[in-house]
Order: sequence, then structure tokens, then C-alpha cells
Amino acid sequence: MFVAKSIAADHKDLIHDVSYDFHGRRMATCSSDQSVKVWDKGDDGEWHCTASWKTHSGSVWRVTWAHPEFGQVLASCSFDRTAAVWEEIVGESNDKQRGQSHWIKRTTLVDSRTSVTDVKFAPKHMGLMLTTCSADGVVRIYEAPDVMNLSQWSLQHEISCKLSCSCISWNPSSSRAHPPMIAVGSDDSNVTYSGKVQIYEYNENTRKYAKAETLMTVTDPVHDIAFAPNLGRSFHVLAIATKDVRIFKLIPMRRESANSSGPTKFEVQVMAQFDSHNSQVWRVSWNITSTLLASSGDDGCVRLWKGQPSAHSASCWLITWTTGSAPGS
Amino acid sequence: MEEVDVEPSTTLIPGAGFHQKHLGFEWGPGDLLVYETNYKLQGPRSASSPSVHVVRRDEDICSPILRKLFNESHLIFVGLQKIKEDVPSKNKKSQFVSISKNYRSVIRACMEELQQNAVSTQEGSLASQYGDQVSILLAIELIWNLCEVLFIDAAPAGSLLLHLLDWVRLHKSDVDTRAREVLQSDSPAQHQSYWDVVISLVLQGRTDEARQVLSKQASLRAESSSVFKRMDVLLQNMPIFNPAGTQTLTEFDVKWRHWHEECDRCLQDNTFASNRHLETICKILVGDEDTLLEQRELLSTWYHFLVTRLLFTHPTIKPPDLHYYAQSSMNMFLGPRASPEPLDIILLSAFEFDLHQVIKDCSIALNNWWFVAHLTDLLDHCKLLQSHNLHFGSNLREFLVLEYASGLFTHHSLWQLAVDYFDHCPEFGRVYLELQIERVPLDTERKAIKVLRICEDRQMSEQVRSICKIMAKRALRNNRLGSALSWSIRAKDAAFATLISERFLQDYSNKGFFTDLDLLDNLGPAMLLSDRLTFLGKYREFHRLYGEKRFSEAARLLLSLMTAKIAPRSLWMTLLTDALPLLEQKEVIFSVDQTYELMSCLEELNLGTKDSNQTDQDEDIESTKTELLRLALARNLAMAIVKEGTIET
Repeated sequence: MFVAKSIAADHKDLIHDVSYDFHGRRMATCSSDQSVKVWDKGDDGEWHCTASWKTHSGSVWRVTWAHPEFGQVLASCSFDRTAAVWEEIVGESNDKQRGQSHWIKRTTLVDSRTSVTDVKFAPKHMGLMLTTCSADGVVRIYEAPDVMNLSQWSLQHEISCKLSCSCISWNPSSSRAHPPMIAVGSDDSNVTYSGKVQIYEYNENTRKYAKAETLMTVTDPVHDIAFAPNLGRSFHVLAIATKDVRIFKLIPMRRESANSSGPTKFEVQVMAQFDSHNSQVWRVSWNITSTLLASSGDDGCVRLWKGQPSAHSASCWLITWTTGSAPGS
Repeated sequence: MEEVDVEPSTTLIPGAGFHQKHLGFEWGPGDLLVYETNYKLQGPRSASSPSVHVVRRDEDICSPILRKLFNESHLIFVGLQKIKEDVPSKNKKSQFVSISKNYRSVIRACMEELQQNAVSTQEGSLASQYGDQVSILLAIELIWNLCEVLFIDAAPAGSLLLHLLDWVRLHKSDVDTRAREVLQSDSPAQHQSYWDVVISLVLQGRTDEARQVLSKQASLRAESSSVFKRMDVLLQNMPIFNPAGTQTLTEFDVKWRHWHEECDRCLQDNTFASNRHLETICKILVGDEDTLLEQRELLSTWYHFLVTRLLFTHPTIKPPDLHYYAQSSMNMFLGPRASPEPLDIILLSAFEFDLHQVIKDCSIALNNWWFVAHLTDLLDHCKLLQSHNLHFGSNLREFLVLEYASGLFTHHSLWQLAVDYFDHCPEFGRVYLELQIERVPLDTERKAIKVLRICEDRQMSEQVRSICKIMAKRALRNNRLGSALSWSIRAKDAAFATLISERFLQDYSNKGFFTDLDLLDNLGPAMLLSDRLTFLGKYREFHRLYGEKRFSEAARLLLSLMTAKIAPRSLWMTLLTDALPLLEQKEVIFSVDQTYELMSCLEELNLGTKDSNQTDQDEDIESTKTELLRLALARNLAMAIVKEGTIET
């Protein structure tokens, strides 16, 4: 059913994140060897490494691309308590012939007092905005007011979550019916604050982010979180990687006119819960049309989940490792 | 807990070693990137250099021959969507049947080409790959054909069996080859396959052809010729229902029973006892199940067995009764030990008229959505999905078509076909298209324009803007200012246009000339997008007028740039310096009023705060320029006053 092809990544240590650019022609990998590598897909369909450089003084946890409307821009976050923004500059013609490109650091964001665990760009309709979350429990939202000058970023919002944060996800919907919304997951084992997923919403009047919802039923540490692409639905779909795979449906409730100043109230329903990994689930991610959800867990497998039109069953394919085969066989 | 209704199939990824515990992944266009990692970060870590694996569904989209299938079926699909609703249903049925046949002929053409390639290729692995694809297409065509017979043509009792016979005949072509071989041999009756051929033909209900082959035998043996004549008569008399004829089904049934009784009598009388082959044939004609099962090898499939069994026991079978015979035929034929394959289950579901199950099983069994999407679409047009299952109807059709089209989108040229499919999905087609068309890699300008045209045709303004912005940004990065500017204009992005105009002007002051003159000279109303752009356009126009020696027009334009505040302050000095050659012409170009205006512009400039960063040298240059200008303006003023004061005689 599936075929696999290997690329030797050449990192000197564990890879922690891989990110495709918007068009799927470039990819970035980051590693505990403190570097980021950028790969380009050639006309031959093969991947070539076009840049490799040291980005941080600690393990690099995540790397992510900005929308190409803003140019060729990457952001990375690291154990060294910083996040950084990188831009590709068009090099000398010699470099182009050799197939190499140069990335320079535009800014370092040093506000966090602890390891920065996730970095994500906000949806492009919000402008050029970067979000980080840290083990110190703070989500920080930065904005570059002049998109032509990537060295100027201002910290616009600091959201204190009271729990060590592990992951963030923006609601990709650009519909005017939904104000900007971000979900934050926590891997804190604190029992007092038991709801490990918080959802914050931007309020036009106060110009601040306010908590709209805490998913109280998610009490175990959360490792990854992902909003599904919206595709014209009126409700939101959120996938969570915790001790199992959970998919929530968030239905915005109609506002009464008296309450129009507060954040949207949601009706929260569980759409699905899969425990086939039988262990901790570490990553979840939607494909572009939100028809497939991929999850990976402690069992060393990546599972693909597909929602069927009957909405009550899901068929599943499984990808896993095997030992002992020759590389590339 | 959700039910997982199919056991997941496992794909094993060969790793270079099994050092890390976890798999990380990232979705890509049409594939998944998978890599070893460890999310827990405690415990031993390996020093080996890790790999990233690209995992892809093993899809036929990559095969050039199958691409033809996608292209041609796309045409049929689009044609089908255009069939008007108001045509009466009887005519529509024949239209749908013919469309179904079109699809099938496309499948067959593709199959034949693959088969040829499989035979002619040198490479072993490629040959087996082709072979696999041929088998899959064969199965697809078999299923489609059966669906056409049962659902689209929906033949009633009587015709149903005839259609099923056709279906079986079409998919068991080796009979013809063998028959030809036997007939063309020197002594057909002695051929080792002789009786196999006769029996095969009888099993398929091809009595005339069977008689033809039998006649070869009869001519040899004079003494047994009566037996052969008897068989010949039996075969000749076998009633075949004629749907176009005047005979009703009941009348046919009566006639058939008579004939059946006669065959039975022959058996009871041991008429054919002298020839075991003829005896076998007679038993077949009577529909003896054990005898039919003995012909397992010739029948080769349970559905052939089913149709033959029906032919000789129940030729007036009604559609609702099919499933009982289908199930029992499959059980009898396969026996207790063998288990049915996916294809068998699918065919059985079709005989049971369970459309939903057919579609579901096909979706799971096949690698590609092509088949289920097109078949379901056709069935939906025949209004068959609604009646079969209320939950689905056109939602199922749309879901499958969207899945298929989304898969096409990842391909570098087939994505254009996908657009038409999305267009015909009323509920989600547009939003799916908006989402996916943005992701088409804009490798070349031509491709970008193709994508743009699709978006513009559908008023997808946000996508248009975004694509143009991406192209403009890319052009700017590569210093292709003209391209960047034209993309910004197309994106209607005023801010970016301003930025690029400034770059143009910077370029001009560095190099002394304009680039991309074609573009700048033909801006037209687009110039109004941003102030800076307007200035750039007009400034270039000034230079053009000057070049064409239309001095007074040039002069007027230059002045208006300053007085109408189109020009930014920072560039006034440049403009005034540009005025110098006009001032120093022998002829007076600037009028008195115009000269006064120029003078006041110059003084306004000087009144502004001095730039503290200017070096002494710069200040010197500035003041020299100012002096020169004042002198030139004064001289021009004098000449202008004189000119205007002079009365022409």
C-alpha cells in the first residue's frame, strides 16, 4: 500500500522536527546537533541539501516555515531558551551554481526563561506573527509590523497558562465569523490544574487574548495539538496527542447580545478517541484536506486515521519500523 | 471508543537500524516524511546519522499509461455532468449505459497497452509491475461491467440472464482462442482440447458454435452419427429468450421447461451412454450441479459457475433472487477450505444489490480512488444511490470525487484535471479547490499564470492576490524589478508596489537610467495603484518626452510632479536638477509663471531642516547645486519676461 524511500539526513544527532514549506518543494530539518538543514526538491524528484548551519546553543526542538508571501523565512526554537527567525538571501552566482544558499539570522527572541518548546507562525491573514510557548508556561505572540524588515519584532501578547506548555496550534480559519483562536497544550503533570488543553481567543474590543475554553476531560500530559483545516465548517476540529488520540469538536454557541464582550462559548464534543497505540501519543497532524489524521506514539508506529462519511467509524492504516533490513532496501 | 472497521494493513519501513523509539512525521503533498526520533529525551542516544524517509501511497498516478486513463475518463466525466436533467428517464438510461460502456472501453484500451508493454519489456520487475496493473484493471472492468448490467441497465428477468452470459463471455476469452486452435488444426476431432472446447462453449450457452464444432466429430463416425444428431437437435432446440420478440416470459418459461424435460428424458433413456462426453453435455444441459462442479477447471470462477447454473436451471431468474444463487454458488465452487478473495466479496455484494458495500469494499481494496469515484458518480446520476441508502446519496459521491481529485492535485500536470472535478462538487468543491490550488508549486511564470487564470475564472480573489504576492516577492528577491512590479500590480498590492517603485528610483539614481522601459511606459491606469508608482510612471514619461524633444510638454509634466505633490520631497532636488537642461536651452521653455513656481519649490526645499548626517562635502555639493539652479532660474526668468513682453510683429 505504501512505498518508502530514504534520504540520508546527515544530522549528527537526533532529528526533532521536519517541516515542509507551503508548496512542498523545500523542507527543513532540525536536530539535537543544534543545526538546521534546508533541503530542496530538484526537478529529478530527489532532495538536495542546500543549506546547513548552526542555529542555537542547545537542541533545536521545532522548525517552521512562514507563508511564502513573506518570502523564504524560517523560525526555530530551542532548549537554549531562545527562538530565532532566519531569512534566505540570494547568494553569489557561484553559490547558486553549487546549489547552495545562505540563511541569515534576522532576530533572536530571548524573552523565555526556560526551554522554548514550540514555535508557530500565525495564519497569514493576521500578518507576520510568530508564536512561541515555553516550559515556563508562557505563550508569547510577536509581530513584525514591517514585513520588509524582519529584524524588528515586537512582543504583542504574553499569555500566562500556569502550566508548562508543550505545544500550540492556531486555528487556520480566516473566516470573519471566527476571531483568531489558539490552542495550547501542556505536558505538566500538575494535578491541581487538571485541564491540559486551553483555548484562547482574541477579543477585538479589549485587543487582548482571553481564555475561551479549557478541555477539562484532558487530564493527562498533552504532547501535541492540531486544529484541522476548516473547509467551510461552522465548527472547529481539534486533534490532541495525549495518552491516546482524541478529536474534539468545538461548536461556537450563539452569543446573546448582553454577553458580547466575553470570549465565545463553545459546546465541546468528543468526535473520536483512539487508543490503538496503547501508549503515549506524541504527535498528531492533519493532512491538507483534513480527511486524514496521522499520529505517532510510543509503540513506534505512525497511524493514519480516516474519517468516513458515516462519521462513526474510522479505518486505519499503519506504518511502523522494522529492524535488521539493509538501509534503503 | 470508535470502531475501527478494517484491520489496518501494516507497511514496514526498512530502517538502517533500530536505535530510537519513536517515529516523527510530517505531511507533505502526496506523501509523508517519517524519521526516527525520541520524544522522551532520556535514555541512550545513538550517534549514527539518522535518515528521513519519504513514504508515499503506492499509487498508479505515476504511471504514464494510466495517465491516459485519467485524462480520457476526465473527458467522459465532464460530459456526463453536462447531461440535462429534463430528458425523460428512458432515454437517459440508454445514455448512461453508453457512458458506462465508454468508461469500460477506456479501461480496456489502457489494459491492452499495459499488456503489450508487459510482454515487450526487458526488465523483469517492470514486467511484473505491468502485469499487476493489468490484473487490477481486469478486476475493475469486471466489477464495473457487472454493476452496469445489474444497476445501470437494470435488466428485468429474461434479459438479465442474457446480459450475465455476455458478461461471463467477455471475461473468459480463452475459449475463443482454444476453439480457433482446434478448428484450424488438421484433424479437429482428434485435437486434445476438442471436448474441452465443446463443453466450454456449452457452459457459456453458445449452442450454435458448440454444434459447429461437434459437426466435425459427427462426419467421421458413421455408426455413432445418430447419437451426435440427437445431441445436435437438443442443442438446436434450446430456447433462448428474445427480449425484443413477442413471446412473453411466461411463454418462454413453458417452452424451456418442455425442452428441459426432454433433455432429462434423454438422460433417463441412456441415449448418450455410448459416449461419455455427450453424456456429460447432456447432464450439463439438465443443470446437474455435480456435473457442473466437475467442470471446475473449465469454468475457472464461481461466477461463471453461477451464470451457467442459472442458464440451465433457472433462466428466468429475477434480480431479487440472484443473491441466493450467488451465495450458494460461491460456497459450492470454492468448497469448505478456500476462503473468498476481496474480488469475490465485491462481486457477491453486487449480486446482493448492496451498492454501498460494493463501493466501500472497492475503496478499501484499491490503491486509487479513480474507480470508485467515477462509478459512484455515474450511479449517482442514475439516481441509484439515494434509493439504496438514505445516509449517503450525493454526499458519498461528492466525498469520493473530492478524494480522487485531491489525489490528482499532487501531480505536476494532472492537477488541471482535478479542477473540473472540484467544479462539479456543489457542496465542498469550491473550498477544496481554494485550499489546494494555493499549494500548486509555482515553478515557472507560465505555470503561475495558468493557476491564476483558473482562480480568476472562479472569482477566487484571495487566492489571486496571494499567488501574485508570492510571485512578486520572489521576483524582488532575485532583483527582477520589472517582474516584481507587474506581479504587484496584478495583486493590487499598493504597499508592495510602492516599495518596488522606490527600488526603481533608487536604481535610477545609481545607474542613471531606467530598466524595464516597456513595463513603465505601458502602465496605463495601473499607475494609480500607489502614489509612488504614479510618480515613477510619470517621471519616466518626463524622460521620454525629453528624449522625443517635446520640451514644453516635458517641462509642464516636471513642474506638475512637484506642484501636485506627486513627487516625494526627497526627490525634488533630482527633479529640479532634471529641469536644468530645460532651463539652459536656447529657446525659452518654462514660462514666467512656471519659473516663479520652480523658484518657490527650490526655496521651499531649502527652508526644510538640514540633514544632520550630511557631511561637509555633501553640504557643499548641495549648496553648489542650489546656486546653479538659482542662477539658471534667474536667467530663464529674465528671458521669459522679455519673450512674453515682446509683441510679435
